[in-house]
Amino acid sequence: VSGVSIVGVGISPFGRFPGVPGRRHGVRAVRAALRDAGISWADVDAAYGGSEAAGQADTLVSDLGLTGVPFTNVKNGCATGGSALVAAYNAIGSGAAEVVLVVGFDKHPRGAFDPRPAEWGLQESYGEDGLMVTTQFFGMKIRRYMHDFGITDRTLALVAEKAYGNGSLNPNAWRRTRLTAEEVLGSGMVSDPLTRYMFCSPGEGGVAVILTRGDRAARFPGRPVRLRAAVVRSRRFGSFEVFSSWLPAGELKSVSRDAAQAAFEAAGVGPEDVDVIQLQDTESGAEVMHLAECGFCEDGEQEQLIKQDATGIGGILPVNTDGGCIANGEPIGASGLRQVHEVVVQLRGQAGDRQVSGEPTTGFTHVYGAPGVSACAVLTV
Amino acid sequence: VTQTKQARSAGQTGPGAVPLLGTRCSACGVIVYPSQTSCPRCASEDMVDIALSTEGVLWTWTVQRFTPKSPPYRQTGAEFRPFAVGYVEFPEGVRVAGIIDTDDLDRLAIGMRLRSVATSGVPRFAPLPETSGGFAEQREVRM
Repeated sequence: VSGVSIVGVGISPFGRFPGVPGRRHGVRAVRAALRDAGISWADVDAAYGGSEAAGQADTLVSDLGLTGVPFTNVKNGCATGGSALVAAYNAIGSGAAEVVLVVGFDKHPRGAFDPRPAEWGLQESYGEDGLMVTTQFFGMKIRRYMHDFGITDRTLALVAEKAYGNGSLNPNAWRRTRLTAEEVLGSGMVSDPLTRYMFCSPGEGGVAVILTRGDRAARFPGRPVRLRAAVVRSRRFGSFEVFSSWLPAGELKSVSRDAAQAAFEAAGVGPEDVDVIQLQDTESGAEVMHLAECGFCEDGEQEQLIKQDATGIGGILPVNTDGGCIANGEPIGASGLRQVHEVVVQLRGQAGDRQVSGEPTTGFTHVYGAPGVSACAVLTV
Repeated sequence: VTQTKQARSAGQTGPGAVPLLGTRCSACGVIVYPSQTSCPRCASEDMVDIALSTEGVLWTWTVQRFTPKSPPYRQTGAEFRPFAVGYVEFPEGVRVAGIIDTDDLDRLAIGMRLRSVATSGVPRFAPLPETSGGFAEQREVRM
């Protein structure tokens, strides 16, 4: 089989929609992706998808049509979309399917996630005593990183300023109001050193992607985008993760570093070839650290790069051109596929006011989540 | 029984100090916290209980500024007060997550020395009065 191509993408706007079931975001995204690919639901011969908190993806068939399509539910935390993408890639690569749908959607209540200790292999006391709070991890990881590599609070604020600026150019984003670095710094401490506006919020949304064999992609109306690699990795000994009750001393391993390296290796390109980048920005600190973990700079170089707006839409390393998680919120099941959607739109040259100039040809996506999972993809035109 | 005996014989014990109990892998020598029956590094199932030193150095920290969602957080009825959390690095080569018992949130700093004091629940650490010259400041490892 001559590779795998993305021939359709669809998104249901991100935000909060009281009274709208999360499944509806999924159905809306699938219909948009089918329209984009110029096909009908009956043309799809395999489907993979999931949500973290909004129900079973395979129930979408009751709205889309009961065609008998093999539909596999995927539930893999922040890597749900990425894992569905891997399944689709393998189904096409093995010849088992020719036109495959991948869908992710979600709907979360307000406020931080409230995980149960037992589900993460921890004693109940971690929940009872107040340690099952994801924002603590994000604060503590970037605190240590700032200490080791000289990153400043202002750099964290600039990451958020960029996110809201990019969000203001994205009609599907949740947060579309620009905020200055000063407003971000003054928005109140949540988990030191991270302030309120440096964080993304759990939200709602849906994204769908249609994939097919590379040699069949020309039959579809739009410009196909090659999915050169889709990779998921779990953590190795020595990494620092959400809900770690401990970690070994010494140099840190990184599951994001592992996944990114594997994706670049499989794709046959390197970080230096990438024109448009999507990184998990649960909060500002994550974007800073993931720039280095995914191979786009050395540890500590972010301080100058971000000051010079290198990660802006007009910079040499455009990161999260759609506003990322910070401006779009994080519906867990949809978030990773939102990144793929944005890269496809950029590589097609259809990103409007937020289009990266110079006809980008290579894109990269990266998610990270508890308890130490990362999914990365490389896309080219 | 073994754990209690080893806890009593742990090296540095000061007033109120309570050592955390972990396990050492007999095959690869790595020490893990909390105790587990197999080694996360080499998968050996030959694990021996050990007590960690009671003093360590703050590796990183943050402050829990808002009331965590309940459940799982145990509501006491009293007004929520922000509290410090962090990872303390012990000489055995483990960094352990826990709550830092302090009202002086402005004094928190990477490298400060703390003592483990918990008798139940999650690990708890109390700052030591003298905080300079700790072992981890000299042998600090960059990420």
